[in-house]
Amino acid sequence: MISVADVRKVFNAGKANEYIALDGIQLDIEKGRVTVIKGPSGSGKTTLLSVIGCMARPTSGRIRLSGVPVEGVPTDAGYVETTSLPERFLTQIRRKTFGFIFQQYNLVAGMTVLENVMLPAYPTGEPYSTVRGRAEDFLKMFGLHGRLEAKVEWLSGGESQRVSIARALINNPAAIIADEPTAHLDTKLSSEFMDMMGTLNREGRTIIIASHDPAVCESSVIHRVVEMRDGRVVR
Amino acid sequence: MNSRLEVQRNILDFTLSSLLRRKAKNSILILVFTLVVFMLASIIFFTNAVKREAVAVLKNSPDMVVQRLSAGRHDLIPSEYIGTIKEMKGVVSVKGRHWGYYFEPAASANFTLVVPEDGGEDGKIVTGKGVSRTMRAGEGDILPLKSYKGEWVVLAIKGVLKSDSELVSSDLIEISEKDFRKLFGISQDSFTDIAVTVKNPKETLTIAKKIKESFPDTRPILRSEVLRTYDSLFNWRSGLLLLIAAGAVFAFIIFAFDRASGLSAEERREIGILKAIGWETSDVIAFKFWEGSVISLSSFMAGIILAYFHVFFAYAPLFEPVLKGWAVLYPEFRLVPFIDPFQIATLFFLTVLPYTAATIIPSWRSAVVDPDRIMRSQ
Amino acid sequence: MILHPSIIALYLSSFISLALLLYSCSFAAVILRKWDIGSGSELQLSLERRTYLISVILSYLFFFQLLSLFLFIYTADNLHNLFSGAMCAAGTLNVNQYGYPVLVLKIVNFILAGTWLIINRIDIVAHDYPLIKKKYSLLLFITPFMAAETALQTSYFTGLNADVITSCCGSLFSSDATSITSEIASFPSLQAKTVFYISMVLTFGSGIFLYYKNRGGFLFSILSLLSFVISVSALISFISLYYYELPTHHCPFCILQSEYGYAGYYLYLTLLCGVVTGAGAGIAGSFSSIGSLAQRIPVIQKRLILVCLSSYGLFVLIVTLKMIFSDFILEGY
Repeated sequence: MISVADVRKVFNAGKANEYIALDGIQLDIEKGRVTVIKGPSGSGKTTLLSVIGCMARPTSGRIRLSGVPVEGVPTDAGYVETTSLPERFLTQIRRKTFGFIFQQYNLVAGMTVLENVMLPAYPTGEPYSTVRGRAEDFLKMFGLHGRLEAKVEWLSGGESQRVSIARALINNPAAIIADEPTAHLDTKLSSEFMDMMGTLNREGRTIIIASHDPAVCESSVIHRVVEMRDGRVVR
Repeated sequence: MNSRLEVQRNILDFTLSSLLRRKAKNSILILVFTLVVFMLASIIFFTNAVKREAVAVLKNSPDMVVQRLSAGRHDLIPSEYIGTIKEMKGVVSVKGRHWGYYFEPAASANFTLVVPEDGGEDGKIVTGKGVSRTMRAGEGDILPLKSYKGEWVVLAIKGVLKSDSELVSSDLIEISEKDFRKLFGISQDSFTDIAVTVKNPKETLTIAKKIKESFPDTRPILRSEVLRTYDSLFNWRSGLLLLIAAGAVFAFIIFAFDRASGLSAEERREIGILKAIGWETSDVIAFKFWEGSVISLSSFMAGIILAYFHVFFAYAPLFEPVLKGWAVLYPEFRLVPFIDPFQIATLFFLTVLPYTAATIIPSWRSAVVDPDRIMRSQ
Repeated sequence: MILHPSIIALYLSSFISLALLLYSCSFAAVILRKWDIGSGSELQLSLERRTYLISVILSYLFFFQLLSLFLFIYTADNLHNLFSGAMCAAGTLNVNQYGYPVLVLKIVNFILAGTWLIINRIDIVAHDYPLIKKKYSLLLFITPFMAAETALQTSYFTGLNADVITSCCGSLFSSDATSITSEIASFPSLQAKTVFYISMVLTFGSGIFLYYKNRGGFLFSILSLLSFVISVSALISFISLYYYELPTHHCPFCILQSEYGYAGYYLYLTLLCGVVTGAGAGIAGSFSSIGSLAQRIPVIQKRLILVCLSSYGLFVLIVTLKMIFSDFILEGY
């Protein structure tokens, strides 16, 4: 589904504080599988996720994404090359293809659970009522139907995590990208989280998780572990 | 097309909830903005209304007034001038006029005494509202005035003037010609000035020249000249005030710029989240656009409405002394409410435009944060 | 020099617009030299971000330009008392030689900014931003016009001194004097009407042809520009007369006043909307050979043609209805 070739990402290029975050990454991520990217902090996991997830453009190299038609972008070859697309198009692809789960949940304080879940769908132009219906379904599925109108700052850690999963799913993405999702969860919640990822995977979604938590890396749900160090894939 | 509308609707929705979440911060901005609009709007409404009053008054004034100057000062004009002017080609009518000022020590007010066109009724007067008010005398009452010799001339009030424009009629007393001459000791053969009506307005200037040639000691004043003088006087006054107010506007713009560029950590984080979960730069710019529009338009409306009340219902207490500049001020002086779309457009340009311009770059800057920033900053 | 609130407002608007435009130009120059869509370098990424800013600036500019055009006419109208001989905006604009050039530049800049926005709109639907260099060259092209407008407007207002004898609209647009404007006014009304309707029929014809056959974009652009000029002339020549119901009053500005129900606003707005979209439709057509745009251009072009023709159509409809239902009979004058 995603093929990464020779990808480099350099910050502050040409300056004294130049920093090479990704240094020639080669990687293929298969559709419908759960892939974990493992490595110490600073190894480039997060940068790789953001490059794969169309959040940032690599300094050089190519990333090809198959199965995502986007208006105005040629897909004759059966894939989209995201590397040279402007942000406007990357965002369109990202909205349709990826749902993001972050380490710190990153919910918008002061807004309700329901609004937070619907937020990624606002710029898609989908009718409000459709989106709302879908958001309610997801929240019901995650056992949060009693808290639709609750402000997110009143939620527990586990609840916040589930809200952020519902938010990641709202645009029905083909893939879920999670960055250190279990960093703030205890063992029980971590394994609950991995079970949910397993469920989503069985529905056919590709899952990519960056983590160095054993609870994730050793979970039975995952298919493949990719190890990174110093901006390179080690194994 | 419809989905694009839906996007804007959703973003506007988010904008409103975002504004409500930061009530305190935004209400200060709106308050200051409203104050600035209020100030400028008051100036513009006030001057325009006063200017209109002046124009309304002048509409009924003759095409041309001929005064006599003596030693550089306005003097009484002899009645024989009238005959000569009447014979000039293009002149429709010539009338001698009587008017003057009377100082009333008891009320320490100046009244304007005028002989009406029909000559008035001897022993009777009609007064303006201001006169009745200060002298506490209404219809049927008696008003004694002291003549130039120190004798009392007793006059009965037969009516009080009703007029749209209180500005001019307020201090007015309409008096008969005979009483006027008695009061001021003016001889039969002279008038205060002469009013000339001209057949073709285009010839006014030519006739004025002719009068000046026949009587070198006269000063013909054209209505259009008076109008022009009023106009430029008020333009100049309001322009000057606006320039003074420009300091306030400028300070506000800096304040707004500072607000827009100095986002709180919370706001930065929020925009970071939006970008990360799939909002595009132009969506965030749209969000900022709606935010700016809601703030500026609500302040703009509020400022205008407040100014409207200030000027037309509360008698513009803040600006009266500067703008009105009449020798005598009337406490209950009330302007006829009037605003037109272009005063609004001008105000819009003076307030919303600089605000928008000042916030374009800061809002763009906040909108272009990297989508992956919130991931990297963990 | 007259210190009128509206004059201050106009100064403010043109100086702010010019400043924002100059700011954009500094980036336009870098974009023209350094743009490389295939690169992921930090410079390229920051340039891409700048393009958002510049489109926002141009959108505001377009809007401000439209407002300032009308505010300018209003101000001129409002000041006519100060100049003996001036009876409305026409006379005030004629007080010095800068008045009319400013007005024309304001219209030109409005059309240019509108065209820029249309090109921008087309450009950003294609993943490789194929028009980026054209777009930023156009931006560099617009700037001197905007600067000229600001300079001339400043000269115009500083050169205004109350009580200069000027010709009022009665003489400027009356049939006696000879100048371009008065020649428009003296053009026999029947011929003027014929030219007006023929130009509109041609524009509609070429628009419909372009819509269905996808050819003749350039012709359509030219015709819609021409129709704009002819329609403004028609306003002076005969349309205004039906509003004023006076056979000699040919003023294109008085029609904006409340006495005529602000009729001028919707007449001019339909024309301005028509000329911008009409010109845009032709320009859009010229990009259809670009690979990444090939499929999108016809859609955008059709939309522009529809907007252009409905604006012009509305104009023709309003004018024709006015002529039919007016008690005023023009022929013979």
